[in-house]
Amino acid sequence: MLYTASDLKKGLRIKIDNEPYVITEFNFVKPGKGQALYHCKLKNMINGNQFSRTFRSVDNFEAADLQHKKMQYLYKEDDKYYFMDNESYEQVFLTEEQMGDAKNFLIENVEAEILLFEDRPIDISLPNFVDLVVAQAEPWARGDSVTGNTKPVTLETGYKILVPTFIEEGQKIRVDTRTGEYLTRVKD
Amino acid sequence: MSDWRAARKIVALQRRALMLEAVRRFFSRRGYLEVETPNRIPAPAPEHHVDAVACGGWYLHTSPELAMKRLLAVGFPPLFQICKCYRDAERGDRHLPEFSMLEWYRPGADYRFLMTECEELICFVASELGLGFSIPFRGGAIDLGRPWPVLTVREAFARFASLSLDEALCRDVFDETLALEIEPHLSGNRPLFLCDYPLALGSLARSKAEDPSVAERFELYLGGLEIANAFSELIDAVEQRRRFAEANDFRVRTGRNAYALSEPFLQALAEMPASAGIALGIDRLAMIFTDSHSIDDVVCFVPEDL
Repeated sequence: MLYTASDLKKGLRIKIDNEPYVITEFNFVKPGKGQALYHCKLKNMINGNQFSRTFRSVDNFEAADLQHKKMQYLYKEDDKYYFMDNESYEQVFLTEEQMGDAKNFLIENVEAEILLFEDRPIDISLPNFVDLVVAQAEPWARGDSVTGNTKPVTLETGYKILVPTFIEEGQKIRVDTRTGEYLTRVKD
Repeated sequence: MSDWRAARKIVALQRRALMLEAVRRFFSRRGYLEVETPNRIPAPAPEHHVDAVACGGWYLHTSPELAMKRLLAVGFPPLFQICKCYRDAERGDRHLPEFSMLEWYRPGADYRFLMTECEELICFVASELGLGFSIPFRGGAIDLGRPWPVLTVREAFARFASLSLDEALCRDVFDETLALEIEPHLSGNRPLFLCDYPLALGSLARSKAEDPSVAERFELYLGGLEIANAFSELIDAVEQRRRFAEANDFRVRTGRNAYALSEPFLQALAEMPASAGIALGIDRLAMIFTDSHSIDDVVCFVPEDL
């Protein structure tokens, strides 16, 4: 699919030099009697690099071939996080860098959405809420800290999080993956 | 959803209406005649970068310029018009494909005269809206104290751009340099006349007697927004025909359609007295007087609402 400059807008994903870019800022400018200019800030969807570029109305763009697929998280080996396509049983991996914060909230056998660029996995999005077990928590005594009514615990993924003081080791809590914050205790 | 957006605009649109009343008062007090010319025309002026919207085999006008000049040619007094104009595929914070234009012409005058008249018009409207010589805008204020600064395009490149005017023209990056390197410096607290454009960018303007490489053309900037474009009008029909043909050649080369030349206009041009003419964006002026960030905030509906 081909776009022209007048299709450009914030959020559009296009292919430049064989890499996928998302337009993060967009400005239409046209100095008096001059030509239309399409001033864009672009972010590389693989490495996160950003740059600005100004296009003219004669410029064309290829759409970035991107698709989301539901996949199951299998295991981690070295720096690689392996996932399995539930339909084709094909396995793919994301690097630790590509995983970003998602690695803090992922446990084996959980489903996540993997973003593929031309069939290459490049990004992951988790459900907004995940339930995780508190792996380690110090017993809490009133007056232990000046921070008030929260305490730090470690989840089964190794992620450290602040929770209310009544949460104990072995309990399950719900976490907002967008903010990385505690939401509520989950009773099985 | 869209109607809720419109409801938020009541205050801005009331102010816009007062602004329009003041503009009309300004011109009628000065003996300008208000006219309305047809919006649907067979032959828009061929310009390099202005695309007309087709309409029933003809076009919607991109400006009322040709029709108003034909009136001047048969002896009309100074004229003004406030009308909708249509330009294809222009949409942004400062652009709508359908927008309101104020255009006025004064026989016997040149672009210098229009600079003074712009100052008088904006100051009159500001005073009618209860403002003094200062318009609050984007956290600061535009100081209207006269006279307003004048900067030539050549000086602007020398002062603000990474390359000279000649280099920019040679490398075909005039528009990019003006829009991205120079215009951000024109948003100070003072209005500014940017003047004396290279002749090739002065489509319907006459060249300057002292320096034929530039056109007697200026753009008025208020608060960094380009508000108006003025010419000492070209009245040489032969030269005008040559420039139209050149613009049509460019259009075809860049994959766009050529426009038929308006023969009645070209014939009238030979009879037209030396005049100065100017087009001012009413929506952008309303942005200034309502301290709005986007052109969307000063019109009832934008295309996306419809």
